[in-house]
Amino acid sequence: MSWTTFFQQLMNGISVGSLYALLAIGYTLVYGILGLINFAHSDVFMLGTYFAFFMIGVFLLPWWLSVVIGVGLCALVGMTIERVAYRPLRNAPRISALITAVGVSFFIENLGLVTVGARPKGFPRPELMKNVYFIAGARIQGVTFWVPLFSIAILLVLFYLVYRTKMGMAMRAVSRDMETTRLMGVNVDRIILYTFALGSALAGIGGVLWACKYPQINPLMGTFPGWKAFTAAVVGGIGNVVGAMIGGFIIGLAEILIVAFFPNLTGYRDAFVFALLILFLLVKPSGVMGETLKEKV
Amino acid sequence: MSKVEKRNFLLTGFFFVLLMVGVWWAQNHLNAYLVRIFNTACIYVVAATAYNLVNGVTGQFSLGPNGFMAIGGYTVALLMLPLSQKQEVYFLQPLMWPFSAFSFPPSLFLLALVLGGLLASLVAICIGVPTLRLRGDYLAIATFGFGEIIIVLANNLIPLTNGALGIKGIPEYTNLWWTVNWAFWTVFALKNLVNSSFGRALKAIREDEVAAEAMGINLFRHKLLAFALSGFFAGVAGGLFVTLISTVSPTLFTFTMTFNLLIIIVLGGLGSLTGSTVTAILFAFLQEGLREVEAPHVIGSWTFPGIPGMRMVVFSAILVLLMIFYRRGLFGRRELSWQDFVNVWSRGRNVHGIS
Repeated sequence: MSWTTFFQQLMNGISVGSLYALLAIGYTLVYGILGLINFAHSDVFMLGTYFAFFMIGVFLLPWWLSVVIGVGLCALVGMTIERVAYRPLRNAPRISALITAVGVSFFIENLGLVTVGARPKGFPRPELMKNVYFIAGARIQGVTFWVPLFSIAILLVLFYLVYRTKMGMAMRAVSRDMETTRLMGVNVDRIILYTFALGSALAGIGGVLWACKYPQINPLMGTFPGWKAFTAAVVGGIGNVVGAMIGGFIIGLAEILIVAFFPNLTGYRDAFVFALLILFLLVKPSGVMGETLKEKV
Repeated sequence: MSKVEKRNFLLTGFFFVLLMVGVWWAQNHLNAYLVRIFNTACIYVVAATAYNLVNGVTGQFSLGPNGFMAIGGYTVALLMLPLSQKQEVYFLQPLMWPFSAFSFPPSLFLLALVLGGLLASLVAICIGVPTLRLRGDYLAIATFGFGEIIIVLANNLIPLTNGALGIKGIPEYTNLWWTVNWAFWTVFALKNLVNSSFGRALKAIREDEVAAEAMGINLFRHKLLAFALSGFFAGVAGGLFVTLISTVSPTLFTFTMTFNLLIIIVLGGLGSLTGSTVTAILFAFLQEGLREVEAPHVIGSWTFPGIPGMRMVVFSAILVLLMIFYRRGLFGRRELSWQDFVNVWSRGRNVHGIS
């Protein structure tokens, strides 16, 4: 493999990795607070692309406004899911909450299949993403260049929100100990709602950026990115925001480089990530950045 | 054998005879459509009760039965497909060696099913050894991932599975005799298992793993055995399914299959084998009944176009609503026993000896 192709693939891996990182943070935020795998997260990701798609295609809004509205709607959907499906089960056994999450995910996917159909649609990309750049002799597409930049900018905003604002502090407190935080006079329900809004907005942004990279959207497009992002969250140490970001880049790079070095394994690309997940759970279940939790009796 | 046990044994035997007479009657008198639904129902019974052993009785949230069913299905298909058909189907790439050289005669169908089940069970052990040490949610993702890996393999191992095209022309050996017998013996075996000390250990694990371990239960071995057993019956169900519809392809065993089974066990009550049995049959009929929703309708002057795929929307909504408002399902954790029937039968009478 020549140096330029390697560089291209590396950029590609970073760009996919940054998208996984955006999604993984959504999983990690919810898991950190509720201890629940939000299976519907990947479907909010899908909805983000469709919202933007319809804003651009049907309402003929400018691209940036469509995305902003789409992301806002995603946040709203995330809050609705929390309010309708997860809150009534806050004190239920874990397995009930998990089954509900699977049900919500399946509901959104099938509703999507029924309303917009299974046929993939072409996502309109802005000119910026279509440009081609030549960096050090390698031909880099606009998306490969801009997607990680946007993602990293958004991640920085997120870190500010989580680590520097009062709301972020409350979120971290709830994930540590919900009951004590409640005793401190924090409105826990509101914090959880806010977390869902934040995570879902990130999923929406991730979805739009994903659609810029792979401009074919369909109602089941969220499934595999979702699982890979969850894997990224686990690899990074679930519940840890920095870990989720690192995990996202690890998974993205590993996936792209495997395919680049072994082109005949391309068909097994999706299986590879799950194998990696199981391997990681075996060797270091708490993840790269995770701390080992003692089981309470 | 105590008096109650003897009575239950006799009732079970009597029920079995009655069932077989029913099968004989149904094979001869019911139309093909109804027979098909009954067959599907019985296959769901096998798969769902086995799935419930892991999810409901042992309390380990697994999402991978579609993978086990696929393994069983493909194994049975490869074993039973006639040699001439094998040459015809594998036109992209020739079939791999051991399977290209032989084909089971119809008399070995049972053996093929058992082999399919055993292979699925073996894979269940391979996946269970690393993952069953994990906490609940991680098991869910690991088993889901495993199910997806199986589908990816089925799509890509073209010399073995013929890829996305699938295998067509599998002889239709499955009939009511096979499905009803498998359903009956599966429920019978699992029920006896759940009522044994092994089953009580599984329930203890469901209630509190730490306490169960403190009581001397080997968590890992119990979970693994339940998982392997569940894999076996899922494999058999897959094999029966494939020989019922005479074709197998990766799309047959996607996550939707797992989702259907999940609805069945939740609707019936997590942990109740009789609940799973009853709802599996209900589900098979509901699935057909809801085709009405997908068909076009004319009400008055309004024409409603058919909406294909509406069934799954309805099912997922049912699942979420059940979890929120009626978590126990139809049966909760209760099992229907012969005693219940006796109680209904002898209500208001003085029953001697049996209380």
